[in-house]
Amino acid sequence: MSSIGTGYDLSASTYSPDGRIFQIEYANKAVENAGTVIGIRVKDGVILAAQKLLDSKLLVPGTAKRILTADMHIGLASAGLRADGKHLQTRAREECKNYRDNYMSPIPLKQLSDRLGSYLNAYTLYSSVRPFGISTLISSYDKNGPQLYAIEPSGLYWGYQATAVGKGKQLAQTELEKLNFDELSMHQAVFEAARIIHLIHDPTKDKGFELEISWVGKDSQYKHAHVPAQLYDEANEFGRTQAESGRMQE
Amino acid sequence: MDLRSTMTHKDAERLKKGEVNLGTSIMAVAFNGGVVIGADSRTTMGSYIANRVTDKLTHIHDRIYCCRSGSAADTQAVADVVTYHLSMFGVQQGERPSVHTAAALFNQLCYSNKDRLSAGIIVAGYDKENGGSVYNIPLGGGMFRQPWAIGGSGSTYVYGYCDATYKDNMTKDETVTFVKNTLALAMSRDGSSGGTIRMCVITEDNVERLFVPGNELPRFWEGQEIINKPAHQLAMEAQGDVMIQ
Repeated sequence: MSSIGTGYDLSASTYSPDGRIFQIEYANKAVENAGTVIGIRVKDGVILAAQKLLDSKLLVPGTAKRILTADMHIGLASAGLRADGKHLQTRAREECKNYRDNYMSPIPLKQLSDRLGSYLNAYTLYSSVRPFGISTLISSYDKNGPQLYAIEPSGLYWGYQATAVGKGKQLAQTELEKLNFDELSMHQAVFEAARIIHLIHDPTKDKGFELEISWVGKDSQYKHAHVPAQLYDEANEFGRTQAESGRMQE
Repeated sequence: MDLRSTMTHKDAERLKKGEVNLGTSIMAVAFNGGVVIGADSRTTMGSYIANRVTDKLTHIHDRIYCCRSGSAADTQAVADVVTYHLSMFGVQQGERPSVHTAAALFNQLCYSNKDRLSAGIIVAGYDKENGGSVYNIPLGGGMFRQPWAIGGSGSTYVYGYCDATYKDNMTKDETVTFVKNTLALAMSRDGSSGGTIRMCVITEDNVERLFVPGNELPRFWEGQEIINKPAHQLAMEAQGDVMIQ
């Protein structure tokens, strides 16, 4: 970034001479340092998994969840500044409620992505605000089937078969590309997600983490929820042993 | 005498003096692959027929129509607002809105303004999720999905006919005949319904408009005077010996 320090990076409302907006790029940096979130869309549902990095060993396990619910059928997980993620979740819930109030039906995920994208984009246009330091995955099973979208700090949003955001994005995406999404069941995808989150975690360098997994689709009666405790324990153990054996081969 | 004071129907009671009334017979029936809607064509101001060829079947979106009853002004205004919202919705979503969405918008406008409106609306149309569907939104602003619905002042005379005649899984032609006959019967008994029958057949492919002029309406038993006829003549008529005049 040759233009750093030349004054073009102080405001989201100023372009650099070569047409970039540095504040948005810095927001992406905030995402790259955060715990990884992955999403997998299979034929009858969508799985979200998050690597919740533990700031303190005294945190009560299972609290301060990173995967949140925006509506009965919509899951949301952000990588980046936790406070920004919470704020976006509040906004997402309002959008879902407004849609239900107006049209008496659940919001299609494409529509929610569009609305949240517009919201994030508004924070890239004014000098008085900063862009959101988060990339957000949202999952749903709606009238169009299983859906997975990712929204960037710029407000851009994309539909995915599977994707990852955060610190371990590169490695996770390499692993995701090996999967066969047409044949995976939701149950199998939960185990794959656990395996990938454990795989990208380097216990020698990274601080401790807690795995979170949610699903929405056939196995969850088409409601978004964290996976049941028993399945979670099985998947977590599977992921841990798989990752360990992988590391030993290296 | 003011005709309105003799009318007991809710629609008429709520109208202001001089307000144009769709004292109406309207109907919608879903069939496999679409929906048939129909209405009479009479608009009245008290006993005066303000329009004898009214079109009460109102276009809302590509495959969604509504049948209006009650105040002409109120129902036009509500239909215009819903048309605006649905055209926005269609562009934003990039696909046709469902009939349920249209009905939900009518429902909200009719319920939140129930003290000020006199509007009884039937929303009907075709969408890819449910095929043909019918939603009834009566005076108080409720919303009810039904296989068939009738409305307006004329409908009260033909509930029994509809209950006795409607069958599940009718063909398109059977449904058109059912709607046409029901409306003709309602129009013959209801003083504030009449004129012609207008119908629409809404399917995935298109919207087909049908028109039945006043002199080609289906005819049923139209009454006969019995008092003051000699008893023996009545007896012979009953046996079929004498042509009824």
